[in-house]
Amino acid sequence: MDKTPQHTPQTEPRQSWTFSREINSEIRRAAATGIYDIRGGGAKRRVPHFDDLLFLGASISRYPLEGYREKCDTSVVLGTRFAKKPIELKIPITIAGMSFGALSGNAKEALGRGATLSGTSTTTGDGGMTEEERGHSEKLVYQYLPSRYGMNPDDLRRADAIEVVVGQGAKPGGGGMLLGQKITERVAGMRDLPVGIDQRSACRHPDWTGPDDLEIKILELREITGWEKPIYVKIGGARPYYDTALAVKAGADVVVLDGMQGGTAATQDVFIEHVGQPTLACIRPAVQALQDLGMHREVQLVVSGGIRTGADVAKALALGADAVAIGTAALIALGDNDPKWEDEYQRLGTTAGAYDDWHEGRDPAGITTQDPELMSRLDPIAAGRRLRNYLNVMTLECQTIARACGKSHVHNLEPEDLCALTMEAAAMAQVPLAGTNWWPGKGGF
Amino acid sequence: MPVLDMLETELREVNATLQAAARAKGNETFTIENPRGAHAMAVGLDGPISVTVKGSTGYYCAGMNKLATVHVTGSAGPGVAENMMSGEVIIEGDASQYAGATGHGGLLNIKGNASSRCGISMKGIDIVVHGNIGHMSAFMAQKGNLVVLGNAGDALGDSLYEARLFVRGSVKSLGADCVEKEMRPEHLEILRGLLERAGADARPEEFKRYGSARTLYNFNIDHADAY
Repeated sequence: MDKTPQHTPQTEPRQSWTFSREINSEIRRAAATGIYDIRGGGAKRRVPHFDDLLFLGASISRYPLEGYREKCDTSVVLGTRFAKKPIELKIPITIAGMSFGALSGNAKEALGRGATLSGTSTTTGDGGMTEEERGHSEKLVYQYLPSRYGMNPDDLRRADAIEVVVGQGAKPGGGGMLLGQKITERVAGMRDLPVGIDQRSACRHPDWTGPDDLEIKILELREITGWEKPIYVKIGGARPYYDTALAVKAGADVVVLDGMQGGTAATQDVFIEHVGQPTLACIRPAVQALQDLGMHREVQLVVSGGIRTGADVAKALALGADAVAIGTAALIALGDNDPKWEDEYQRLGTTAGAYDDWHEGRDPAGITTQDPELMSRLDPIAAGRRLRNYLNVMTLECQTIARACGKSHVHNLEPEDLCALTMEAAAMAQVPLAGTNWWPGKGGF
Repeated sequence: MPVLDMLETELREVNATLQAAARAKGNETFTIENPRGAHAMAVGLDGPISVTVKGSTGYYCAGMNKLATVHVTGSAGPGVAENMMSGEVIIEGDASQYAGATGHGGLLNIKGNASSRCGISMKGIDIVVHGNIGHMSAFMAQKGNLVVLGNAGDALGDSLYEARLFVRGSVKSLGADCVEKEMRPEHLEILRGLLERAGADARPEEFKRYGSARTLYNFNIDHADAY
């Protein structure tokens, strides 16, 4: 018998699940630099999501609508509670807030163009309102953020709606930092800060604390704008039942609810992956709060965080949302993480699809940068068309599903149209586990 | 001189009247009687009118003011003149928290004391407080001048950017990255002008100047203990 070591049967080298290659690489990176990892891209861990839900479709007791023939309406009106001029959208998909500074002027223009071509709204971000964005956005939501960078009453009045940002899904309870390398003269001027220094975006508002103050703040914004503009309140996916209820109590026309997959905001990886709840887990509690207050459909609910397809849109609406907002998906439609830039992604130590250092300003696609050479790579007209195409496809997909469920308006989708593939998704969405009439938490098992 | 009596006139009508007059740029003068601490009074004015509020106001009086002069004969609630762009807001009494928060321009003249977080995140406004200010004032203040004739509370100027802070009395403590700085002739000149505009009885030479040490401008892990 040959007893040389090379002939001894060996078990395959076994990687630890606990200490995976990825975890080990992060330990080595942390040990080398002494600083946590900052990135965008939202939670990358697998969490229960819309993929874990299925539509049931029509049957003997539910008859479908004819595709390409029978109408399935997709319009949505936001801000019907108090605003004199609610926002009327053709599709239930909006563009989420992303800042000028984080994004280039061309990218903001492209978002405005694409949204306008599709009949929907786009949203400013931290850093104020740019001419590119206002000029190319038929409907523009102006974010009112803790930093108040660029905030002024003229832009407030030029907006079609105002969004008071309390939290973001990527970092509920966290502020932000725009690194100095992205602070050009234009960005600095809009923010009233010197060129080249890191710019902190505060985690809480400077002049109000709590729901009672928020109610007065909303009153002030309404008085400044003559009660014309819908007032949105954006919350991160932390305590969706209570935050929604408090936003309604404070006088919001619209609640924007952003789950942990919401990802355009850069922050610490540990924050993104370990704080907040998945989008799927947030919707039903928020809808329940609206229903308990008799405000469902009176105060509209916009859901964001990981919306990618028309199926995701349909599922969010079926769970009770009035509309959705997209951020990361919109950037991908513009051209972010495109494999055609793979050589450059490799040089940055990453690969197309995984690039998430949007805060560093070196984006090969020219979207999350202020570098003139990189910015020039994005043609705002062509990128706007791509976004329009993508929004249209998602809308068609959503309609396809709604018709299959027999709905003449996408808002007629309902939880009864859904089942869940996993126990977790069933519990979060409060729809039956596939093949059963039960979900965790429902009595009568 | 038009008089708006809040015993008879709703807030919406008061503000709509003032805003329309401001837009018309007719340099009108208004008096508001019986304010009874109403919130969001005289907000969003955009023109050279003068408003005298006879009494005390609630939250956000004169918020986002442009060009107008708003004179409160009593005290002001939280966030007076928040995000002011230009013009002048005068408070004869005291001001509550966040006075002049995020203000971009104009003069906020507080004849009494100001509570905590006065001038928080200010972005170009000038604030003169004839009395004392509370803790965490000028937190993350970016631009403009804060002048205090009395004393300052804890953590003055924490995480300060480029705003200038002038204090005549004592400072209980300075916040992270805020330091006392040399008072140069150009600062004395700025201060003299502000004191004159505010009608303050004080000499510039009596003040100390505080500003940012600028060590936190770019994140450095070696400064982590300052956060």
